[in-house]
Amino acid sequence: MADTVLSTNALPTTAGLDVAAIRRDFPILSTVNRLGKPLVYLDSAATSLKPLPVIEAVDAYNREYSSNIHRGIYEIAEKATGLYEAARASVAKLINAPEPNEIVFVRNATEAINLVANTWGRKHIGRGDTIVLTEMEHHANLVPWQLLVQEKDGDLEFVPITDDGVLMLDVYEALLHLRPKLVAFTHMSNMLGTINPVRELTEMAHAAGALVLIDGAQAAPHMPVDVQEIGADFYAFSGHKMLAPTGSGALWARRSLLEAMPPFMAGGDMIREVHLRRSEWNEIPWKFEAGTPDISAEIGLGAAAEYLMKIGMDNVRAHEHAMAAYALEKLREIPGIELYGPSADQRGGVVAFNLPGIHPHDVAQILDRSGICVRAGHHCTMPLHERFDISATARASFNVYSIPEEVDALTAGLREVVRIFAV
Amino acid sequence: MDDLYRDYILEHYRHPHNFGVLETPTSKYEGANPLCGDRITMFLGIADGVVKEVAFTGRGCAISQASASLLTDEIKGKTVEEVEKMTPEDVLDLIGVEISPARLKCALLSLDTLSHALADDAAETAGETESR
Repeated sequence: MADTVLSTNALPTTAGLDVAAIRRDFPILSTVNRLGKPLVYLDSAATSLKPLPVIEAVDAYNREYSSNIHRGIYEIAEKATGLYEAARASVAKLINAPEPNEIVFVRNATEAINLVANTWGRKHIGRGDTIVLTEMEHHANLVPWQLLVQEKDGDLEFVPITDDGVLMLDVYEALLHLRPKLVAFTHMSNMLGTINPVRELTEMAHAAGALVLIDGAQAAPHMPVDVQEIGADFYAFSGHKMLAPTGSGALWARRSLLEAMPPFMAGGDMIREVHLRRSEWNEIPWKFEAGTPDISAEIGLGAAAEYLMKIGMDNVRAHEHAMAAYALEKLREIPGIELYGPSADQRGGVVAFNLPGIHPHDVAQILDRSGICVRAGHHCTMPLHERFDISATARASFNVYSIPEEVDALTAGLREVVRIFAV
Repeated sequence: MDDLYRDYILEHYRHPHNFGVLETPTSKYEGANPLCGDRITMFLGIADGVVKEVAFTGRGCAISQASASLLTDEIKGKTVEEVEKMTPEDVLDLIGVEISPARLKCALLSLDTLSHALADDAAETAGETESR
Protein backbone atom coordinates (compact mmCIF):
# COMPACT_ATOMS: atom_id res chain seq x y z
CA MET A 1 0.00 0.00 0.00
CA ALA A 2 1.00 3.62 0.19
CA ASP A 3 4.13 3.10 2.20
CA THR A 4 6.27 5.49 0.26
CA VAL A 5 6.37 9.08 1.34
CA LEU A 6 4.60 11.02 -1.34
CA SER A 7 7.15 12.56 -3.57
CA THR A 8 6.45 15.61 -5.66
CA ASN A 9 9.54 15.27 -7.78
CA ALA A 10 8.05 13.86 -10.91
CA LEU A 11 4.57 15.31 -11.16
CA PRO A 12 2.75 15.51 -14.43
CA THR A 13 2.48 19.26 -14.01
CA THR A 14 -0.32 21.43 -15.21
CA ALA A 15 1.13 24.24 -17.28
CA GLY A 16 1.53 27.31 -15.12
CA LEU A 17 1.07 25.48 -11.85
CA ASP A 18 3.95 24.45 -9.60
CA VAL A 19 2.21 21.88 -7.39
CA ALA A 20 5.39 20.96 -5.55
CA ALA A 21 5.84 24.58 -4.47
CA ILE A 22 2.16 24.86 -3.58
CA ARG A 23 2.37 21.74 -1.39
CA ARG A 24 5.21 23.29 0.59
CA ASP A 25 2.77 26.06 1.57
CA PHE A 26 0.57 23.53 3.41
CA PRO A 27 2.24 22.49 6.67
CA ILE A 28 -0.31 19.74 7.30
CA LEU A 29 0.87 17.89 4.19
CA SER A 30 4.12 17.03 5.93
CA THR A 31 2.36 15.38 8.88
CA VAL A 32 1.94 11.64 9.37
CA ASN A 33 -0.83 9.62 11.01
CA ARG A 34 -0.67 7.38 14.10
CA LEU A 35 0.91 4.65 12.00
CA GLY A 36 3.50 6.93 10.47
CA LYS A 37 1.77 7.20 7.08
CA PRO A 38 1.84 10.54 5.28
CA LEU A 39 -1.42 12.43 4.97
CA VAL A 40 -3.30 11.71 1.76
CA TYR A 41 -6.06 14.26 2.00
CA LEU A 42 -8.86 13.52 -0.45
CA ASP A 43 -11.70 15.31 1.32
CA SER A 44 -11.30 18.86 0.10
CA ALA A 45 -14.96 19.07 -0.90
CA ALA A 46 -15.78 18.84 2.81
CA THR A 47 -13.19 21.39 3.82
CA SER A 48 -9.87 22.42 2.35
CA LEU A 49 -6.44 22.48 3.90
CA LYS A 50 -5.01 25.88 4.79
CA PRO A 51 -1.80 27.39 3.37
CA LEU A 52 0.78 29.41 5.30
CA PRO A 53 -0.33 32.85 4.07
CA VAL A 54 -3.81 32.14 5.51
CA ILE A 55 -2.49 30.66 8.75
CA GLU A 56 -0.15 33.62 9.16
CA ALA A 57 -2.85 36.19 8.44
CA VAL A 58 -5.05 34.70 11.18
CA ASP A 59 -2.10 34.43 13.53
CA ALA A 60 -1.06 38.03 12.92
CA TYR A 61 -4.52 39.28 13.85
CA ASN A 62 -4.44 37.37 17.14
CA ARG A 63 -0.85 38.29 17.98
CA GLU A 64 -0.52 41.82 16.70
CA TYR A 65 -3.82 43.67 16.31
CA SER A 66 -6.56 41.72 18.05
CA SER A 67 -9.30 44.33 18.35
CA ASN A 68 -12.85 44.96 17.25
CA ILE A 69 -13.71 46.51 13.92
CA HIS A 70 -15.76 49.58 12.96
CA ARG A 71 -15.47 50.96 16.50
CA GLY A 72 -12.04 51.77 17.87
CA ILE A 73 -10.22 54.92 16.94
CA TYR A 74 -6.88 53.62 18.06
CA GLU A 75 -4.16 52.20 15.85
CA ILE A 76 -4.73 48.44 16.09
CA ALA A 77 -8.51 48.80 15.74
CA GLU A 78 -8.04 50.85 12.62
CA LYS A 79 -5.67 48.22 11.29
CA ALA A 80 -8.20 45.45 12.01
CA THR A 81 -10.98 47.40 10.30
CA GLY A 82 -8.76 48.15 7.34
CA LEU A 83 -7.69 44.54 6.83
CA TYR A 84 -11.24 43.22 7.33
CA GLU A 85 -12.49 45.55 4.61
CA ALA A 86 -9.48 44.77 2.42
CA ALA A 87 -10.47 41.11 2.69
CA ARG A 88 -13.90 42.07 1.37
CA ALA A 89 -12.26 43.75 -1.60
CA SER A 90 -10.14 40.64 -2.29
CA VAL A 91 -13.21 38.41 -2.23
CA ALA A 92 -15.06 40.81 -4.53
CA LYS A 93 -12.15 40.71 -6.97
CA LEU A 94 -12.01 36.90 -6.91
CA ILE A 95 -15.58 36.60 -8.20
CA ASN A 96 -15.54 39.90 -10.13
CA ALA A 97 -18.28 41.50 -8.06
CA PRO A 98 -18.97 45.07 -9.25
CA GLU A 99 -18.13 46.50 -5.82
CA PRO A 100 -16.78 45.19 -2.49
CA ASN A 101 -19.85 46.37 -0.61
CA GLU A 102 -21.96 43.81 -2.43
CA ILE A 103 -20.06 41.15 -0.47
CA VAL A 104 -21.70 40.20 2.83
CA PHE A 105 -19.46 38.23 5.15
CA VAL A 106 -21.15 35.18 6.66
CA ARG A 107 -20.01 32.00 8.39
CA ASN A 108 -20.47 29.75 5.36
CA ALA A 109 -22.62 29.12 2.29
CA THR A 110 -25.34 27.67 4.52
CA GLU A 111 -25.66 30.96 6.38
CA ALA A 112 -25.60 32.90 3.11
CA ILE A 113 -28.55 30.90 1.74
CA ASN A 114 -30.44 31.13 5.02
CA LEU A 115 -29.90 34.87 4.94
CA VAL A 116 -31.53 35.13 1.50
CA ALA A 117 -34.38 32.78 2.45
CA ASN A 118 -35.12 34.72 5.63
CA THR A 119 -34.89 38.21 4.17
CA TRP A 120 -35.62 38.32 0.46
CA GLY A 121 -37.54 35.06 0.69
CA ARG A 122 -39.86 35.98 3.54
CA LYS A 123 -40.57 39.30 1.91
CA HIS A 124 -41.25 38.05 -1.61
CA ILE A 125 -42.42 34.44 -1.41
CA GLY A 126 -46.10 34.16 -0.68
CA ARG A 127 -48.95 31.69 -0.90
CA GLY A 128 -48.80 29.57 -4.05
CA ASP A 129 -45.45 30.98 -5.16
CA THR A 130 -43.01 28.52 -6.67
CA ILE A 131 -39.30 28.07 -6.09
CA VAL A 132 -37.44 25.83 -8.53
CA LEU A 133 -34.51 23.79 -7.20
CA THR A 134 -32.70 20.74 -8.55
CA GLU A 135 -32.38 17.13 -7.40
CA MET A 136 -28.66 17.56 -6.88
CA GLU A 137 -28.79 20.26 -4.20
CA HIS A 138 -26.84 20.06 -0.98
CA HIS A 139 -29.18 20.16 2.03
CA ALA A 140 -28.01 23.77 2.54
CA ASN A 141 -29.75 24.77 -0.68
CA LEU A 142 -32.83 22.69 0.01
CA VAL A 143 -33.89 22.78 3.66
CA PRO A 144 -33.98 26.62 4.00
CA TRP A 145 -36.42 26.68 1.06
CA GLN A 146 -38.50 23.87 2.58
CA LEU A 147 -38.88 25.94 5.74
CA LEU A 148 -39.79 29.02 3.73
CA VAL A 149 -42.51 27.39 1.62
CA GLN A 150 -43.91 25.60 4.67
CA GLU A 151 -44.26 28.96 6.39
CA LYS A 152 -45.59 30.78 3.34
CA ASP A 153 -47.62 27.96 1.79
CA GLY A 154 -45.53 28.05 -1.36
CA ASP A 155 -44.32 25.24 -3.62
CA LEU A 156 -41.02 23.63 -4.47
CA GLU A 157 -40.30 22.07 -7.85
CA PHE A 158 -37.19 20.11 -8.77
CA VAL A 159 -35.21 19.80 -11.97
CA PRO A 160 -34.43 16.08 -12.32
CA ILE A 161 -31.09 14.68 -13.38
CA THR A 162 -30.06 12.02 -15.87
CA ASP A 163 -28.35 8.79 -14.82
CA ASP A 164 -25.07 10.53 -15.67
CA GLY A 165 -25.87 13.22 -13.11
CA VAL A 166 -26.65 16.05 -15.51
CA LEU A 167 -29.65 18.38 -15.20
CA MET A 168 -32.52 17.73 -17.61
CA LEU A 169 -32.77 21.12 -19.28
CA ASP A 170 -36.00 20.32 -21.12
CA VAL A 171 -37.75 19.68 -17.81
CA TYR A 172 -36.17 22.84 -16.41
CA GLU A 173 -37.64 24.80 -19.29
CA ALA A 174 -41.06 23.29 -18.63
CA LEU A 175 -40.84 24.11 -14.91
CA LEU A 176 -40.08 27.73 -15.76
CA HIS A 177 -43.58 27.94 -17.29
CA LEU A 178 -44.82 27.82 -13.69
CA ARG A 179 -43.37 31.34 -13.41
CA PRO A 180 -41.26 30.68 -10.29
CA LYS A 181 -40.22 33.64 -8.19
CA LEU A 182 -36.82 32.12 -7.55
CA VAL A 183 -34.59 29.49 -9.09
CA ALA A 184 -31.77 28.16 -6.90
CA PHE A 185 -29.15 25.65 -8.00
CA THR A 186 -25.65 24.57 -7.28
CA HIS A 187 -22.79 25.70 -9.49
CA MET A 188 -21.13 22.34 -8.94
CA SER A 189 -22.53 19.22 -7.27
CA ASN A 190 -20.62 18.16 -4.16
CA MET A 191 -21.45 14.49 -4.80
CA LEU A 192 -21.57 14.06 -8.58
CA GLY A 193 -19.02 16.74 -9.37
CA THR A 194 -21.28 17.98 -12.16
CA ILE A 195 -20.53 21.55 -13.21
CA ASN A 196 -23.83 23.11 -14.21
CA PRO A 197 -24.23 25.51 -17.15
CA VAL A 198 -24.93 28.36 -14.76
CA ARG A 199 -25.00 31.15 -17.31
CA GLU A 200 -27.54 29.35 -19.50
CA LEU A 201 -29.65 28.36 -16.48
CA THR A 202 -29.60 31.95 -15.25
CA GLU A 203 -30.59 33.41 -18.61
CA MET A 204 -33.51 31.01 -18.88
CA ALA A 205 -34.67 31.82 -15.34
CA HIS A 206 -34.45 35.56 -15.94
CA ALA A 207 -36.41 35.22 -19.17
CA ALA A 208 -39.15 33.57 -17.10
CA GLY A 209 -39.08 36.41 -14.58
CA ALA A 210 -37.34 34.56 -11.74
CA LEU A 211 -34.42 35.67 -9.63
CA VAL A 212 -31.45 33.29 -9.43
CA LEU A 213 -29.47 32.10 -6.42
CA ILE A 214 -26.36 30.02 -7.03
CA ASP A 215 -24.76 27.83 -4.40
CA GLY A 216 -21.10 28.33 -5.26
CA ALA A 217 -19.60 26.40 -2.34
CA GLN A 218 -17.95 23.84 -4.64
CA ALA A 219 -17.19 26.24 -7.50
CA ALA A 220 -15.70 29.43 -6.07
CA PRO A 221 -12.65 27.57 -4.69
CA HIS A 222 -11.99 25.63 -7.88
CA MET A 223 -12.67 27.60 -11.06
CA PRO A 224 -12.93 31.12 -12.41
CA VAL A 225 -16.21 32.62 -11.22
CA ASP A 226 -17.42 35.89 -12.69
CA VAL A 227 -20.74 36.81 -11.12
CA GLN A 228 -21.30 39.58 -13.68
CA GLU A 229 -20.76 37.23 -16.60
CA ILE A 230 -23.01 34.57 -15.05
CA GLY A 231 -25.61 37.25 -14.41
CA ALA A 232 -27.07 35.68 -11.28
CA ASP A 233 -28.68 37.66 -8.47
CA PHE A 234 -27.25 35.85 -5.43
CA TYR A 235 -24.02 33.86 -5.18
CA ALA A 236 -23.17 32.04 -1.94
CA PHE A 237 -19.95 30.33 -0.90
CA SER A 238 -17.92 29.15 2.08
CA GLY A 239 -14.40 30.26 2.92
CA HIS A 240 -13.33 27.03 4.58
CA LYS A 241 -13.60 25.09 1.33
CA MET A 242 -11.33 27.61 -0.42
CA LEU A 243 -8.21 27.47 1.75
CA ALA A 244 -9.62 29.90 4.34
CA PRO A 245 -10.53 29.25 7.99
CA THR A 246 -13.80 27.76 9.15
CA GLY A 247 -16.22 30.52 10.09
CA SER A 248 -15.58 32.52 6.94
CA GLY A 249 -17.81 32.81 3.91
CA ALA A 250 -19.60 35.25 1.68
CA LEU A 251 -22.86 36.12 0.02
CA TRP A 252 -22.73 38.26 -3.08
CA ALA A 253 -25.91 39.99 -4.22
CA ARG A 254 -26.70 42.99 -6.38
CA ARG A 255 -26.66 46.29 -4.51
CA SER A 256 -30.28 47.04 -5.39
CA LEU A 257 -31.39 43.69 -3.95
CA LEU A 258 -29.33 44.01 -0.77
CA GLU A 259 -30.64 47.51 -0.18
CA ALA A 260 -34.26 46.43 -0.57
CA MET A 261 -33.88 43.37 1.66
CA PRO A 262 -34.81 43.58 5.34
CA PRO A 263 -32.05 42.74 7.84
CA PHE A 264 -31.34 39.15 8.84
CA MET A 265 -29.83 39.20 12.33
CA ALA A 266 -30.27 42.32 14.42
CA GLY A 267 -27.93 43.90 16.93
CA GLY A 268 -24.75 45.90 16.96
CA ASP A 269 -23.02 47.20 13.84
CA MET A 270 -26.04 46.58 11.59
CA ILE A 271 -27.71 49.83 12.65
CA ARG A 272 -27.31 53.48 11.86
CA GLU A 273 -29.51 54.80 14.66
CA VAL A 274 -31.19 53.02 17.52
CA HIS A 275 -34.00 54.45 19.61
CA LEU A 276 -35.95 52.61 22.24
CA ARG A 277 -38.81 51.79 19.89
CA ARG A 278 -37.28 51.93 16.44
CA SER A 279 -34.00 51.73 14.58
CA GLU A 280 -32.54 52.60 11.21
CA TRP A 281 -30.34 50.19 9.36
CA ASN A 282 -26.74 50.63 8.43
CA GLU A 283 -25.56 50.75 4.81
CA ILE A 284 -24.93 47.51 2.98
CA PRO A 285 -23.15 45.21 3.58
CA TRP A 286 -22.92 46.03 7.31
CA LYS A 287 -26.72 45.93 7.56
CA PHE A 288 -26.31 42.15 7.32
CA GLU A 289 -23.34 41.79 9.65
CA ALA A 290 -24.82 42.11 13.13
CA GLY A 291 -22.50 41.66 16.07
CA THR A 292 -18.78 41.08 16.03
CA PRO A 293 -18.04 38.84 13.06
CA ASP A 294 -15.32 36.20 12.81
CA ILE A 295 -12.79 38.92 12.05
CA SER A 296 -9.65 36.81 11.76
CA ALA A 297 -11.41 34.17 9.68
CA GLU A 298 -12.62 36.74 7.15
CA ILE A 299 -9.15 38.29 7.05
CA GLY A 300 -7.93 34.74 6.38
CA LEU A 301 -10.50 34.48 3.58
CA GLY A 302 -9.03 37.62 2.04
CA ALA A 303 -5.58 36.04 2.20
CA ALA A 304 -6.94 32.85 0.61
CA ALA A 305 -8.56 34.82 -2.22
CA GLU A 306 -5.25 36.59 -2.89
CA TYR A 307 -3.39 33.26 -2.77
CA LEU A 308 -5.79 31.72 -5.29
CA MET A 309 -5.67 34.72 -7.60
CA LYS A 310 -1.87 34.58 -7.56
CA ILE A 311 -2.01 30.94 -8.70
CA GLY A 312 -4.72 31.84 -11.19
CA MET A 313 -8.17 30.27 -11.13
CA ASP A 314 -7.73 29.00 -14.70
CA ASN A 315 -4.68 27.07 -13.50
CA VAL A 316 -6.57 25.74 -10.50
CA ARG A 317 -9.39 24.52 -12.73
CA ALA A 318 -6.99 22.93 -15.25
CA HIS A 319 -5.16 21.10 -12.48
CA GLU A 320 -8.29 19.77 -10.84
CA HIS A 321 -9.76 18.76 -14.19
CA ALA A 322 -6.60 16.74 -14.81
CA MET A 323 -6.88 15.21 -11.33
CA ALA A 324 -10.53 14.22 -11.88
CA ALA A 325 -9.73 12.69 -15.27
CA TYR A 326 -6.82 10.73 -13.80
CA ALA A 327 -8.92 9.55 -10.86
CA LEU A 328 -11.77 8.39 -13.09
CA GLU A 329 -9.32 6.49 -15.28
CA LYS A 330 -7.58 4.80 -12.35
CA LEU A 331 -10.69 4.01 -10.32
CA ARG A 332 -12.39 2.45 -13.33
CA GLU A 333 -9.67 -0.23 -13.31
CA ILE A 334 -10.99 -1.58 -9.99
CA PRO A 335 -13.31 -4.51 -10.76
CA GLY A 336 -16.96 -3.86 -10.02
CA ILE A 337 -16.52 -0.27 -8.83
CA GLU A 338 -19.55 1.95 -9.29
CA LEU A 339 -18.74 5.56 -10.24
CA TYR A 340 -21.28 8.37 -10.12
CA GLY A 341 -21.48 11.55 -12.13
CA PRO A 342 -20.56 12.75 -15.61
CA SER A 343 -17.35 12.54 -17.65
CA ALA A 344 -14.30 14.50 -16.55
CA ASP A 345 -15.07 17.36 -18.93
CA GLN A 346 -18.31 18.15 -17.16
CA ARG A 347 -17.08 17.69 -13.61
CA GLY A 348 -14.92 19.32 -11.01
CA GLY A 349 -12.48 17.55 -8.71
CA VAL A 350 -14.98 15.21 -7.07
CA VAL A 351 -15.42 11.46 -7.60
CA ALA A 352 -18.02 9.49 -5.63
CA PHE A 353 -17.94 5.71 -5.83
CA ASN A 354 -19.01 2.44 -4.28
CA LEU A 355 -17.33 -0.94 -4.11
CA PRO A 356 -19.83 -3.78 -4.54
CA GLY A 357 -20.90 -5.35 -1.26
CA ILE A 358 -18.79 -3.06 0.91
CA HIS A 359 -20.28 -0.18 2.85
CA PRO A 360 -18.49 3.17 2.29
CA HIS A 361 -17.88 3.48 6.04
CA ASP A 362 -15.85 0.29 5.95
CA VAL A 363 -14.00 1.57 2.88
CA ALA A 364 -13.14 4.85 4.60
CA GLN A 365 -12.15 3.12 7.83
CA ILE A 366 -9.66 0.84 6.10
CA LEU A 367 -8.27 3.67 3.95
CA ASP A 368 -7.71 5.67 7.13
CA ARG A 369 -5.06 3.18 8.21
CA SER A 370 -3.02 4.27 5.20
CA GLY A 371 -3.47 7.93 6.03
CA ILE A 372 -6.02 8.32 3.24
CA CYS A 373 -8.92 10.65 4.06
CA VAL A 374 -12.11 10.19 2.05
CA ARG A 375 -15.65 11.08 2.93
CA ALA A 376 -18.19 8.30 3.45
CA GLY A 377 -21.91 8.90 3.81
CA HIS A 378 -24.54 10.87 1.96
CA HIS A 379 -22.52 14.11 1.79
CA CYS A 380 -25.58 16.17 2.80
CA THR A 381 -27.33 15.08 -0.38
CA MET A 382 -29.81 12.46 0.82
CA PRO A 383 -32.33 13.06 -2.00
CA LEU A 384 -29.57 12.61 -4.55
CA HIS A 385 -28.61 9.28 -2.98
CA GLU A 386 -32.28 8.27 -3.03
CA ARG A 387 -32.33 9.17 -6.70
CA PHE A 388 -29.61 6.57 -7.29
CA ASP A 389 -31.23 4.16 -4.80
CA ILE A 390 -28.17 4.03 -2.56
CA SER A 391 -27.75 4.93 1.07
CA ALA A 392 -24.19 6.18 0.91
CA THR A 393 -21.12 6.63 -1.23
CA ALA A 394 -17.43 7.11 -0.64
CA ARG A 395 -16.04 10.29 -2.16
CA ALA A 396 -12.59 11.47 -3.10
CA SER A 397 -12.19 15.17 -3.82
CA PHE A 398 -9.29 17.31 -4.88
CA ASN A 399 -7.85 20.76 -4.55
CA VAL A 400 -4.97 22.72 -5.97
CA TYR A 401 -2.52 20.83 -3.74
CA SER A 402 -3.69 17.36 -4.84
CA ILE A 403 -1.33 15.14 -6.80
CA PRO A 404 -1.76 12.01 -8.95
CA GLU A 405 0.30 10.00 -6.44
CA GLU A 406 -2.57 10.49 -4.00
CA VAL A 407 -4.94 8.90 -6.50
CA ASP A 408 -2.47 6.02 -6.82
CA ALA A 409 -2.46 5.65 -3.04
CA LEU A 410 -6.26 5.63 -3.09
CA THR A 411 -6.51 2.94 -5.75
CA ALA A 412 -3.91 0.81 -3.94
CA GLY A 413 -5.92 1.31 -0.74
CA LEU A 414 -9.14 0.27 -2.45
CA ARG A 415 -7.52 -2.90 -3.76
CA GLU A 416 -6.53 -3.64 -0.17
CA VAL A 417 -10.14 -3.08 0.95
CA VAL A 418 -11.34 -5.53 -1.71
CA ARG A 419 -8.69 -8.03 -0.60
CA ILE A 420 -9.69 -7.76 3.08
CA PHE A 421 -13.36 -8.18 2.32
CA ALA A 422 -12.66 -10.79 -0.38
CA VAL A 423 -15.97 -10.07 -2.05
CA MET B 1 -4.72 -6.70 9.37
CA ASP B 2 -6.88 -3.99 10.79
CA ASP B 3 -8.10 -4.89 14.26
CA LEU B 4 -11.59 -3.79 13.37
CA TYR B 5 -11.76 -6.15 10.43
CA ARG B 6 -10.64 -9.36 12.09
CA ASP B 7 -11.60 -12.51 10.27
CA TYR B 8 -14.49 -13.40 12.57
CA ILE B 9 -16.05 -9.95 12.10
CA LEU B 10 -15.84 -10.31 8.34
CA GLU B 11 -17.12 -13.88 8.61
CA HIS B 12 -20.20 -12.66 10.49
CA TYR B 13 -20.64 -9.94 7.86
CA ARG B 14 -20.39 -12.32 4.92
CA HIS B 15 -22.39 -15.12 6.53
CA PRO B 16 -24.48 -13.56 9.28
CA HIS B 17 -26.06 -15.91 11.79
CA ASN B 18 -29.85 -15.80 12.27
CA PHE B 19 -30.24 -13.82 9.04
CA GLY B 20 -33.78 -14.00 7.75
CA VAL B 21 -37.34 -13.42 8.89
CA LEU B 22 -39.69 -15.07 11.36
CA GLU B 23 -43.07 -15.82 9.81
CA THR B 24 -44.97 -15.20 13.04
CA PRO B 25 -42.83 -13.08 15.33
CA THR B 26 -44.23 -11.94 18.65
CA SER B 27 -42.60 -8.62 17.87
CA LYS B 28 -40.44 -7.00 15.28
CA TYR B 29 -38.80 -3.64 14.85
CA GLU B 30 -36.91 -1.87 12.06
CA GLY B 31 -34.04 0.30 13.23
CA ALA B 32 -31.84 2.55 11.11
CA ASN B 33 -28.95 4.96 11.25
CA PRO B 34 -30.24 7.41 8.67
CA LEU B 35 -26.90 9.19 8.54
CA CYS B 36 -25.04 6.20 7.17
CA GLY B 37 -27.87 4.05 5.86
CA ASP B 38 -27.37 1.07 8.16
CA ARG B 39 -30.65 -0.77 8.56
CA ILE B 40 -31.67 -3.74 10.71
CA THR B 41 -35.05 -5.40 11.21
CA MET B 42 -35.17 -7.60 14.29
CA PHE B 43 -37.74 -10.40 14.68
CA LEU B 44 -38.39 -11.99 18.07
CA GLY B 45 -40.32 -15.08 19.00
CA ILE B 46 -40.89 -14.86 22.76
CA ALA B 47 -42.66 -17.54 24.78
CA ASP B 48 -42.87 -17.96 28.53
CA GLY B 49 -40.58 -14.98 29.00
CA VAL B 50 -37.82 -16.58 26.94
CA VAL B 51 -36.42 -15.57 23.54
CA LYS B 52 -37.10 -18.84 21.74
CA GLU B 53 -36.49 -17.56 18.23
CA VAL B 54 -34.70 -14.57 16.81
CA ALA B 55 -33.86 -13.43 13.30
CA PHE B 56 -32.82 -10.27 11.56
CA THR B 57 -32.53 -8.80 8.11
CA GLY B 58 -30.67 -5.69 7.13
CA ARG B 59 -27.97 -4.04 5.16
CA GLY B 60 -25.19 -1.72 6.07
CA CYS B 61 -21.57 -1.73 7.09
CA ALA B 62 -19.64 -4.75 8.33
CA ILE B 63 -19.75 -3.52 11.92
CA SER B 64 -23.52 -3.07 12.08
CA GLN B 65 -24.26 -6.42 10.45
CA ALA B 66 -21.65 -8.42 12.36
CA SER B 67 -22.92 -6.86 15.58
CA ALA B 68 -26.48 -8.01 14.81
CA SER B 69 -25.22 -11.50 13.97
CA LEU B 70 -23.30 -11.76 17.25
CA LEU B 71 -26.07 -10.25 19.35
CA THR B 72 -28.80 -12.51 17.99
CA ASP B 73 -26.60 -15.55 18.74
CA GLU B 74 -26.13 -14.25 22.27
CA ILE B 75 -29.77 -13.67 23.18
CA LYS B 76 -31.25 -16.88 21.82
CA GLY B 77 -32.56 -18.92 24.74
CA LYS B 78 -32.14 -16.14 27.25
CA THR B 79 -34.97 -14.76 29.31
CA VAL B 80 -36.42 -11.41 28.35
CA GLU B 81 -35.30 -10.15 31.72
CA GLU B 82 -31.70 -11.10 30.96
CA VAL B 83 -31.82 -9.59 27.49
CA GLU B 84 -33.30 -6.35 28.80
CA LYS B 85 -30.32 -5.99 31.10
CA MET B 86 -27.82 -6.02 28.26
CA THR B 87 -25.77 -2.85 28.00
CA PRO B 88 -23.81 -1.26 25.16
CA GLU B 89 -20.65 -2.50 26.88
CA ASP B 90 -21.95 -6.07 26.64
CA VAL B 91 -22.41 -5.66 22.89
CA LEU B 92 -18.97 -4.10 22.46
CA ASP B 93 -17.55 -7.07 24.39
CA LEU B 94 -19.31 -9.44 22.01
CA ILE B 95 -17.81 -7.64 19.03
CA GLY B 96 -14.47 -7.83 20.76
CA VAL B 97 -12.61 -5.24 18.69
CA GLU B 98 -12.01 -1.63 19.49
CA ILE B 99 -14.71 0.60 18.04
CA SER B 100 -13.86 4.23 17.35
CA PRO B 101 -16.37 6.88 18.49
CA ALA B 102 -17.41 7.51 14.89
CA ARG B 103 -18.49 3.87 14.51
CA LEU B 104 -20.28 3.37 17.83
CA LYS B 105 -23.67 3.97 16.24
CA CYS B 106 -22.94 1.21 13.73
CA ALA B 107 -21.92 -1.19 16.48
CA LEU B 108 -24.91 -0.43 18.70
CA LEU B 109 -27.70 -0.30 16.11
CA SER B 110 -28.47 -3.97 16.78
CA LEU B 111 -28.95 -3.44 20.51
CA ASP B 112 -31.00 -0.31 19.94
CA THR B 113 -33.26 -2.18 17.50
CA LEU B 114 -33.55 -5.11 19.90
CA SER B 115 -34.57 -2.79 22.76
CA HIS B 116 -37.32 -1.31 20.62
CA ALA B 117 -38.50 -4.76 19.61
CA LEU B 118 -38.67 -5.84 23.25
CA ALA B 119 -40.56 -2.67 24.19
CA ASP B 120 -43.08 -3.34 21.40
CA ASP B 121 -43.49 -6.88 22.64
CA ALA B 122 -44.11 -5.68 26.17
CA ALA B 123 -46.66 -3.13 24.93
CA GLU B 124 -48.48 -5.75 22.86
CA THR B 125 -48.61 -8.45 25.48
CA ALA B 126 -49.79 -5.97 28.08
CA GLY B 127 -52.85 -5.34 25.92
CA GLU B 128 -53.67 -9.00 25.41
CA THR B 129 -55.57 -11.28 27.76
CA GLU B 130 -53.28 -14.18 27.14
CA SER B 131 -49.67 -14.03 26.12
CA ARG B 132 -48.35 -16.43 23.55
